[in-house]
Amino acid sequence: MRAQREDGYDDLLDALADEDGYYYACPAGHGSLPPQQVCPTCGDDELTTEPLADTGTVVTFTEIAVPSPSFSGQTPVVVIADFGPVRLTGRFVDDSDRLEVGCSVTPTVASSPEGNRHVGARFASER
Amino acid sequence: MQAVRIAGAGSTPFGVSSERTGRDLFGEAARIAIDDSGVPRADIDRLCYGNFVGTVTERQGHQGPLMAAAAGVTAPATRYESACASGGVALKSAAEAVRSGAVDVVLVGGMERMHNVTTERATEGLAMAADDLYESRAGVTFPGAYALMARAYFAEFGGTRADLAAVAVKNHRNALGNETAQFQREISPTDVLEAPTVADPLGLYDACPITDGASACVLVSESYAAAHDLNAPVEITGAGQGTDSLALQQRESLTRTPATTRAATTAYDEAEITPADIDLLEVHDCFTIAEVLALEGLRLYDPGAAIDAAAAGETTADGDLPVNLSGGLKAKGHPVGATGVSQVVELTKLLRGDHVNSDAVPDATVALAHNAGGTVASATVHVLEVCA
Ligand SMILES: [Zn+2]
Repeated sequence: MRAQREDGYDDLLDALADEDGYYYACPAGHGSLPPQQVCPTCGDDELTTEPLADTGTVVTFTEIAVPSPSFSGQTPVVVIADFGPVRLTGRFVDDSDRLEVGCSVTPTVASSPEGNRHVGARFASER
Repeated sequence: MQAVRIAGAGSTPFGVSSERTGRDLFGEAARIAIDDSGVPRADIDRLCYGNFVGTVTERQGHQGPLMAAAAGVTAPATRYESACASGGVALKSAAEAVRSGAVDVVLVGGMERMHNVTTERATEGLAMAADDLYESRAGVTFPGAYALMARAYFAEFGGTRADLAAVAVKNHRNALGNETAQFQREISPTDVLEAPTVADPLGLYDACPITDGASACVLVSESYAAAHDLNAPVEITGAGQGTDSLALQQRESLTRTPATTRAATTAYDEAEITPADIDLLEVHDCFTIAEVLALEGLRLYDPGAAIDAAAAGETTADGDLPVNLSGGLKAKGHPVGATGVSQVVELTKLLRGDHVNSDAVPDATVALAHNAGGTVASATVHVLEVCA
């Protein structure tokens, strides 16, 4: 694992590991993900922490045949899922044979072979 | 306000030049452009230079002064970095400097050298254009990000891999005879569809190659061109830049590229043209789907309508709106930091009549260059017109 924690990002990963994910919302309803001092859409600094939905809908995905060095020798599958006010990009950790646009997924925490943590996703029905 | 003329333009051959250093490549491009312009080096007021991953591939930062020396120029020199749009933002800055009257002569260019490192390391370098925390760490590569956009496009609007293959086939055909292009050979739709997958639904032939190369242009004010009796018939009449969220997940739509639209709107307004006035264009086709997204972002097609433009022959060399007559990034090659400038080098020659494909557009007077960074979190648009 990386020795250096990063404020906001690692806090969100800890929360996702506890199935207690969250996002930031501004008064206008724009969603964003930490770390964020102000709303990236409108600049409002009144950000509140809101619970992330337990499940999101896959809007797109890909299986990467030529991976980055962090995933050398693997074919990582990445999804982007819609959770309402925010979307999350995550590495899909279940068998992807049945994965399609419109599937329901749950956010989680995944790790690279070197132990570096990042956002993950799995089928909602297989929690 | 000064009109901005292109007095000289040139590129190195694009392709595999593992053993040539960046300074050697840029020095050659600058020499060709300066020789083409007839401008004495001592008159150059500024160097605007684009480069993306030189700090990774050559472990070389602070490239502005290095490239000024490579070009034989002592003017103030700055490196611009906006991923694959580095050349475009360097060009916009150069054009603004001349337009404002601050300077009369700018050397603008870009360079990338990538074959001196492994494909894995080059892939890692290119992935730095994405959001490190929320994309790269989850395994998203540069082709992976465009694959995510392509699948979202297919889901929203329809379209097939065969539609995208027509883009690759067209751009390869356009590169035939273009002596600086990386791939001067035709490919078939079957070649594209049967190529190994890089990130599904995109295959190897949906992707532009890794390219070493450099490009440069000499921009001068209209008054300088007149005073020195320069042959500089092409003018940059509009320049725009747009920005979007770096991470795909933060965007309202995965199938729209508003940074392109913002850049185009500024450039169209400045040039006082509409999309219907454009005779030919070079767009940022780092992947086949990127050409589709660009044509829609530029408001040349409605959202969802450009997917079969190449297959229908609308954007081929003999079509109503030739796109990427140079071969595009796909076949001409994509020396990342040079690409935005290389597009203008190609368009300048196409408009002047000294390009191998000039015969395809004999009466063209208005051209457009579209350069994009990452998944179009950065975009520049330049409008070029032949002076009456
Ligand atoms: Zn907001």
